[in-house]
Amino acid sequence: MKPPPFDYYAPASAAEALELLGRYGADARLLAGGQSLVPLLNFRLSAPAVIIDLNRATDLAYIKEETGRVRLGAMTRQRAIEFSPLVKSRLPLLAEATRWVGHLPTRTRGTVGGSLAHSDPAAEYPAVATALDAELVVRGPAGERVVPAAEFFLGLMTTALQPGEMLVEVRLPALASNSGWAFEEFSRRHGDFAIVGIAAMVTTERDRCRSARLAACGAGPVAVRLRGAEEILEQGGLGDLNINAAAARAAELVDPSADLHASVEYRRHLVHVLTRRALKRALERARGGGAAPLRS
Amino acid sequence: MAEPRKIRMTVNGQAREGWAEPRRLLADFLREDLGLTGTHIGCEHGICGACTVLLNGEAARSCLMLAVQADGAELMTIEGLARGGVLHPLQEAFWEHHGLQCGFCTPGMLMAAYDFLRVNPDPTEEEIREALSAVLCRCTGYQGIVRAVKAAADRMRSAP
Repeated sequence: MKPPPFDYYAPASAAEALELLGRYGADARLLAGGQSLVPLLNFRLSAPAVIIDLNRATDLAYIKEETGRVRLGAMTRQRAIEFSPLVKSRLPLLAEATRWVGHLPTRTRGTVGGSLAHSDPAAEYPAVATALDAELVVRGPAGERVVPAAEFFLGLMTTALQPGEMLVEVRLPALASNSGWAFEEFSRRHGDFAIVGIAAMVTTERDRCRSARLAACGAGPVAVRLRGAEEILEQGGLGDLNINAAAARAAELVDPSADLHASVEYRRHLVHVLTRRALKRALERARGGGAAPLRS
Repeated sequence: MAEPRKIRMTVNGQAREGWAEPRRLLADFLREDLGLTGTHIGCEHGICGACTVLLNGEAARSCLMLAVQADGAELMTIEGLARGGVLHPLQEAFWEHHGLQCGFCTPGMLMAAYDFLRVNPDPTEEEIREALSAVLCRCTGYQGIVRAVKAAADRMRSAP
């Protein structure tokens, strides 16, 4: 199990990487953290003629706060996100989800942009981006465009990235006041791909639910926004009965498939249970009930 | 551009160099070109963690990196853990608490635990188990490994 031969380039900037991508087009693959692509190379499931390694493009690794949002460079390591005080305070949902992304030694190399662009159906970051209406900044021969998460993840490992384009940044809204968050996941072993994961964010206004954001991973070909369940909460509030109703609705909204790890019915059941848990924990946090304990 | 190129790195404090095609995995470069066979290769696709090394001070899977990507980097492998013939507290603890059976996963366990105890010097048992899920022990000897990491953490905190 060794990678097939390829030509290798390690550009020092995003601009150089784009130029190489323009030159080699569909023959080239971008190498981010390599925690998904290198296994594919080792298995020879992927055999690109050219590898463009982004790991020396230092201008793609940053975490920057702006009014109301945080911008993450595509090559920001998952480990940098995990230990960033800024992410912890401004993007706590992303921070919590990161604990579920592989293991510490894979987060050392894995990047936020690599995970989003790979769009594995069980991956946590696409669910967080989908729940929070992230903006994905894409650069290509025609310049830069901003793609909302709802239009970025198209299907099984398929995104809106066109040939010659690369993901350079993701923009996430910073935590609003009176808000709570939770990421719940079930997997066979900590660090394995999720069987099902749920990202939740609620914003309260006195006793009402001003907004609810829910997305699932592992429950379809792509991360899925659970808008119908959000509406139940926004209309009927965050009482226990209504949280149960929203969780039940969430299980109807997903379109999981069966595999070795779980049946369709089991995945729906997990969506139901994990949505309820996530909402309860998010609500506790929104009410300032201190840090709700993490389930693992 | 697929031809071998010169790679220089610092491994366990020593300057090392060799030639490798871009497709050469770091794990193979360490073992076959530099002769550091303490780093084990299990699954070759990032699941088992036996090949874990420290890359610029942080644990990473050397089967998921190309040697050329480590050009200019500082690495530590299992061979660098003991200093001057004295075992590292983690190694001592693995010995005392039967943290190894066949020993195949041990280099990965030790390197992953070394990194983990630096970011979390006083872990709970649950946190240790979560961290060690990064490395598979095919003997299923996890009890001893968890005890060893806990004992090493206690010793390292009291005598840094």
